[in-house]
Amino acid sequence: MRTTLAVFQREFGAYFASPLAAIFIVIFLVLVGAFTFFLGGFFERGQADLQTFFSFHPWLYLVLVPALGMRLWAEERKAGTIELLMTLPVRTWELVLGKFLAGWAFAGLVLALTFPMWLTVNHLGRPDNGVILASYIGSWLMAGVLLSLAACLSALTKNQVIAFILAAAGGFVLMLAGIDVVLGFLRPWASTAVVDFVATLSVLTHFQQITRGVIEATTLVFYLGLIATCLFANTALIEREKAK
Amino acid sequence: MAMIEVDALSRRFRDVQAVDEVSFSVERGEVVGFLGPNGAGKSTTMKMITGFLEPSGGTARVEGFDVRSHRRAVQARIGYLPEGAPAYGDMSVGAFLEFVGRLRGLDGARRRERIGEMVHRLHLADVYGRRIETLSKGFKRRVGIAQALLHDPDVLILDEPTDGLDPNQKFEMRELIRAIAGEKAIVVSTHILEEVEAVCTRAIIIARGRVLADATPTDLLSHAGIAQAIEVTVAADAHDRARDLIAQVAHVRTVETIGAVNGLARLRVVGDGGRQIVTAVGAVLHAHDLPVEDLRMERGRLDAVFRQITQR
Repeated sequence: MRTTLAVFQREFGAYFASPLAAIFIVIFLVLVGAFTFFLGGFFERGQADLQTFFSFHPWLYLVLVPALGMRLWAEERKAGTIELLMTLPVRTWELVLGKFLAGWAFAGLVLALTFPMWLTVNHLGRPDNGVILASYIGSWLMAGVLLSLAACLSALTKNQVIAFILAAAGGFVLMLAGIDVVLGFLRPWASTAVVDFVATLSVLTHFQQITRGVIEATTLVFYLGLIATCLFANTALIEREKAK
Repeated sequence: MAMIEVDALSRRFRDVQAVDEVSFSVERGEVVGFLGPNGAGKSTTMKMITGFLEPSGGTARVEGFDVRSHRRAVQARIGYLPEGAPAYGDMSVGAFLEFVGRLRGLDGARRRERIGEMVHRLHLADVYGRRIETLSKGFKRRVGIAQALLHDPDVLILDEPTDGLDPNQKFEMRELIRAIAGEKAIVVSTHILEEVEAVCTRAIIIARGRVLADATPTDLLSHAGIAQAIEVTVAADAHDRARDLIAQVAHVRTVETIGAVNGLARLRVVGDGGRQIVTAVGAVLHAHDLPVEDLRMERGRLDAVFRQITQR
């Protein structure tokens, strides 16, 4: 745990050591605001809730979360610091976990900085704050899934751009698994069980349920399970790829 | 028990045998120079000893712990400077050492004490708060050494610690290695031969993944057959006379002219008896009133040995 904490602190600090943190925060807040108010018609709807606000999160994450995850391992491999890190007497999963948690905490921080939205909607009406809280948690979990995927894929390459593209593409697949285009492609040849399984993999469908106020144990298990799977794969991949 | 035992260590990369059954051991107090041309397998061997790279065959033991079954126990006992001294450029020197100390499991008080010691010993006080990416090569290397020595390991593995440093920095680095030698077992890889003579008690020559020689630098030199050479510089016009005189000195086998520039001629004298020849040659030239511009035992010929061995 000591190792994970040390890695967490170093990685969390690393976001702020470059302009990345500032740029990320500004872009996320500007985009999420613009989408909510202009595309989503926040005022026109005349409802005191944050549904429109949350509905854009998956699409923003698709592009922005890979930017958080791409450096986690690709940069270590490129700079050669991985040789330093992985010849210290530590367990690989402790490093993997520390790095992931740092990125996730950063995503949480950015999400928390959208609090003026919550203030606004509470000023304008009487929203269901339980649903809003659940949506925030769901949004953060979804960011976690995409981040763990990005971290895992960044272990495959020394090139951060490649890591970014892999993560964005992977996230896209994970996101769209539940929509009809993908399922329609599977139906003609895959068994119903497979189609149903793929449908349940959709990060998006689970998230939409949460923003409607339905938060189920299976959803939590699903998200946390995906994160755990990605981190497990990350550990195995970096062990295999580190010295290449 | 040897501090480091390398036992038939091998590594294949696809169809390239990078390291081929390398075996050697290092005792406490030894500084072993790991020598070889680029691509000989030096770094690969070091990466396997430090548990970064999985061997395809054989193993390495550090203080009795097998790196294949007890990787972390081995890593805890080694201080390692990877090639190029990688470090997190976005961290300050202090934060970086703090980070490594924490991952090494040094508790607060011990960590502060050791970092203080390293900063003092490696003269890092002036750059303590600076980001590593802004430092000169020499300082970066020192940070790398500080990181490797932080937990006061008994076994030290340094991959090209002086590569890319200027002569002053190289000198400092060697002084440092000499200073910490004593009670530790140290392996230093290099392709600079003077370095081996300067700091190493033993040299292992490796090429194409195989150990070709494992001996003290002096032994290596004596195998070369040119260890006993001396070099005499005389005025060019006295050159023929000097040559004849030297040829008659006892134990001298051959005298050859190796160069004549700026009115001075250089002769290489090879014979048996080492220092006695220097004295005898000096005496005979002096007796015949031939001014000697320069007279010395030839040294730095380890590169010839190296070429001889690695190109065999």
